[in-house]
Amino acid sequence: MPKMKKNANALFTLLAYLKKYRIRLIIGILLALFGVLFTIFGPYIVKMIIEAITIAVEQSEATGLPVSIDFGRITYLGVIGVITYLLAFLGNYGCAIMMSGVTADASKSLRSDMSKKMNRLPLSYFDARQIGDVLSIITNDVDTIGQTLNQSLTTLMSSVLTLLGVAIMMLILDWRLALIAIAFVPVSLFILLRIVKKSQAHFVKQQLDLGEMNGHAEEVYSAVNVIRVYKGDIHAKAKFDSINDNLKNDGYKSLFYSGLSFPITTMMGNLSFAIICIVGGILAVRDITMIGTIVACVTYSKQFTMPLSQIATISTNLQTASAASSRVFSFLSEQEQSDESHLVDEIEHVDGNVSFSHVKFGYNQDKIIIHDFNLETKAGQKVAIVGPTGAGKTTMVNLLMRFYDTNDGYIAIEGKKTKEVKRANVRKNFAMVLQDTWLFEGTILENLKFGRQDATLEEIKEACKLTHCDTFIEQLPNQYNFHLSEDSALSAGQKQLLTIARAMIQRAPMLILDEATSSVDTRTELLIQEAMDNLTHGHTSFVIAHRLSTIKNSDLIIVMKDGDVIETGNHDELMKKKGFYADLYNSQFASKGENG
Amino acid sequence: MIRLLGKMGKKGAWLFALLVLLAAIQAFSDLMLPDLMGRIISIIQSAPFYESSIGNLATDVFYTGLIMLAFAIVSAAANIGVCYLASNLTMRIVSKARKEVFDKITSFSMTELDQFSTSSLVTRTTNDFSQIQTSFNQAFRFLIYAPLLAICAILMIIRKNLTLTAVTAVAIIILLAFVLLIFFIAVPKFNSIQKKTDRVNTVSRENLTGIRVVRALNAEQLEEDKFEVINTDLTKTQRFVNRSTGLIMPFMNLIMGFLSVAIVWVGSYLIQGDTLELPEMTAFTQYATQVLVGFLVVAILFVIMPRAIVCAKRINEILKTNNSIIEGKNDNLDGLEVGTVEFKDVSFTYPGAEKPVLDHVSFKAKKGETVAFIGATGSGKTTLINLIPRFYDVTSGEVLVDGRNVKDYRFYDLFDRLGYVPQKGVLFSGSLRFNVCYGKPDASDEEFKEALDIAQASEFVAKLPNQENYQISQGGKNVSGGQRQRLQIARAIVKKPEIYIFDDSFSALDYKTDKVLRAELKNKIKGATLILVAQRIGTILDADQIIVLDEGKVVGHGTHKELMKTCAVYQDIAYSQLSKEELANA
Repeated sequence: MPKMKKNANALFTLLAYLKKYRIRLIIGILLALFGVLFTIFGPYIVKMIIEAITIAVEQSEATGLPVSIDFGRITYLGVIGVITYLLAFLGNYGCAIMMSGVTADASKSLRSDMSKKMNRLPLSYFDARQIGDVLSIITNDVDTIGQTLNQSLTTLMSSVLTLLGVAIMMLILDWRLALIAIAFVPVSLFILLRIVKKSQAHFVKQQLDLGEMNGHAEEVYSAVNVIRVYKGDIHAKAKFDSINDNLKNDGYKSLFYSGLSFPITTMMGNLSFAIICIVGGILAVRDITMIGTIVACVTYSKQFTMPLSQIATISTNLQTASAASSRVFSFLSEQEQSDESHLVDEIEHVDGNVSFSHVKFGYNQDKIIIHDFNLETKAGQKVAIVGPTGAGKTTMVNLLMRFYDTNDGYIAIEGKKTKEVKRANVRKNFAMVLQDTWLFEGTILENLKFGRQDATLEEIKEACKLTHCDTFIEQLPNQYNFHLSEDSALSAGQKQLLTIARAMIQRAPMLILDEATSSVDTRTELLIQEAMDNLTHGHTSFVIAHRLSTIKNSDLIIVMKDGDVIETGNHDELMKKKGFYADLYNSQFASKGENG
Repeated sequence: MIRLLGKMGKKGAWLFALLVLLAAIQAFSDLMLPDLMGRIISIIQSAPFYESSIGNLATDVFYTGLIMLAFAIVSAAANIGVCYLASNLTMRIVSKARKEVFDKITSFSMTELDQFSTSSLVTRTTNDFSQIQTSFNQAFRFLIYAPLLAICAILMIIRKNLTLTAVTAVAIIILLAFVLLIFFIAVPKFNSIQKKTDRVNTVSRENLTGIRVVRALNAEQLEEDKFEVINTDLTKTQRFVNRSTGLIMPFMNLIMGFLSVAIVWVGSYLIQGDTLELPEMTAFTQYATQVLVGFLVVAILFVIMPRAIVCAKRINEILKTNNSIIEGKNDNLDGLEVGTVEFKDVSFTYPGAEKPVLDHVSFKAKKGETVAFIGATGSGKTTLINLIPRFYDVTSGEVLVDGRNVKDYRFYDLFDRLGYVPQKGVLFSGSLRFNVCYGKPDASDEEFKEALDIAQASEFVAKLPNQENYQISQGGKNVSGGQRQRLQIARAIVKKPEIYIFDDSFSALDYKTDKVLRAELKNKIKGATLILVAQRIGTILDADQIIVLDEGKVVGHGTHKELMKTCAVYQDIAYSQLSKEELANA
């Protein structure tokens, strides 16, 4: 029950979101009304033609003369009939155009909102989620909403209106026959909704099975080698079989139950068709009603079943859509980064003096990992951050760049607290090269200019020379206009060099570097080292250090372990301390004898 | 599609025959309804002449009506039966074919796997089958019933009146032409919607994966603008497709409406000319609708089918792929050496490539030895290692394990001898113990604990919630890179193989752990042969043999000390990582 309520709420939020299109929606409804009116009027015209013929036939039978039909009237009615159906078509299609327009625009606007939202959410949001999940909201969920709206808005409107209109029309024609047809509505609806509910349950199960299948297939296919060598294929196949069996079972039930609505509505239609024929027939024999009326009623009763099954289908779709929209709107209503529009102060003339003062931080409020960290760096210093994997070296970067805010204490640049200026202002002063060589799809030039749009081509070429990018760029087709894509043939090392060039072009007074180069061959590694040295020259730099040479030459070394800063000082000081750093450093030169 | 149909099996074939029968019954019953209505109407018409016997006529109407009711129920029952059989048959086929696909893929070697991306294989196992499931189900339900209905209805109406049949035919042709038109306009756009959605995906993914970089460079606006361009593009196409598909229903109603007007209009002339009776005409309007609906359903199915056919082709592509690595037949394990790996003049060229990745490589690792491979990326280290468990087969030369060519072994006999630890951390969803004991599910507690000890994993495992029952998530994302590598190493140890193969499996460990782990390996697992690939010189300093590879050729072979004197490539690597002084200390 609470779930139903939540889903309903999500639909209301969606409706509220559509408010900005209300004028078009109202026009759409009016057009639908117009269309339905004429759709319903159509069979009535046909009925009048049949009646005109019936009268003539009955007259001829009564008089014994040949049939003499009033063709003037028939032509007149025929033309009206054609016009009626044409108008119905215009109304219906007009409504469809309005609604599809609204749907497309609403989907677009949802996607835009989400794209903007993405850049306003704190990073902690993404830490807790997988990229795939967020992506799926932007594409799949919005798509589901779009498709449902497109199909349902139009159909739902015309279905409800048709039901009403047909009921009224039949009541006018013959109230007895109308009541028969109407009596079938609640019965059909009741059965249909039960079936829909049941099929929905199996459908959900099937989707869960599919999700499981997806996960299992992904896991197995990406590790076929390991699985085979460890004889895990037996286990993998058994697991697959059990998921596959569930899927077979749930899939077949889901197909069956969702397929049932069609025979059921048809049967209801046929039953009311038969009963109307019986009752109408008896009434006609007793001269209470006419053949044309029966034919019209039969046609109308068929028009009754169609909207009913549509309403049932739509109610399923709406459930899916409401689940999707609850995900979309909960994403859109996530807590954003703190507002900073009121901040007017700016950090100016940065030489590279940074201070950490009593910094306290934890990714979770209840799990503080940095308790009281103090540090002063002076212009031009090289600060190395070292420690084993998972020690929290990136935490330092996160705090410096204000990807996260400190819980207590502050970081100041040139004496100005970073919390008191806009984030963009802090970030402008840092150039960053991370281990993750992120480049976007676009030309090399676009990528290089990413951090500073007004960089000139000379500046860019100069930076590429210093970072050893020029050689390989010039070998590419189109050179600087070479289009990078996911599968473009750049090596990891070349990508790394490009990110270094990008940082250099940015011309920021301070640098943050992660120098891990494990996936790069030695020659490229040498190039990268040189490029990084060229980049750091004369700048204050924070380096997540892996190379001993970097660490030893640093002005300051921050040693981290398990998320906490445990030692600071330069190489010599730390070696004297004989603490964790000394241990770490010595371990790689431990003599063979020591270990065995 | 036809190939897939074959998967229904013998029982399925009987069910299918039953389905055809039921569909025929359903079509027949549906056709009887308008005919019966026509009969009722003729009874009514005759009423004025039999004023006296109105009661009898009413009874006639009533009984004809009852027959109608009976047919309506028979039709519904048959329809429900068809529906049941269709879903049963569909799932029968889908589930069988899906299993074949899965089994086939798990039997693939790298050569076959390289032809498909993992995501494409996953799509083929799930999405493609979902598509086929929907299409097959619809085909089973309607593709027999609808044509049957349409054909029989045509036969009925032709008998009744040729002129009106011609009118109906015109309506059918218009409708079919229209469906085809929409098909040719909209279907290509469907594909382009898919592509544009992919673009939206790519750009969002880019923004998400690079979120730190985007923020660091204050490039949020830039990304949003980029997104807006493709978003607008996608919306435009979507709107077009929505508009053209939105046309279908109103147009169908229009044609049906026109047809009913046309029939009575034309019919009035025929009645005047005495070539048509009134009840026939009313029945005709009903039949005409059925014919129209029948054709429409078939047309729509043909519009839907191409997508399923594409999926079926993709699935067949997998089933038709030939396995390039064939299991050996020699299951006699007597008289084999123990713990040796030998390459005899091995060359390897990737299928379709021109340059060999390995060029006449020879070496022999003896029992208990450590043989290390080092070289730049692309020098062929990983490829070399992949030849031992037959992820690929050599292009020329021989790979021998325990003195026998790997091609002659039964797969499991070969795999039993090997403990392979891959480069990227591969763990499976399941408990930590399940992962460690993956190659030997019946391992004892002692074996499990010892493996963790040697792999330097005991300490962190003890700190995890639930320890050995800690649930590893898919891909091992909830343990760190270093922990993943250690668990993988433990997994190899539990198997107690003669030969360990480490493909750069220490890279995420810090120097200290790396060192201790390898020392423990040497100590505790006496006599095992270690084949290892490394990037870090520190990892291989004390190997018995170091083989330096450069562009697939062996350019150095010896111990660290020897190579420092003789091999320029090795010196380059060494100096890039450690200072002279540090190397001297080592």
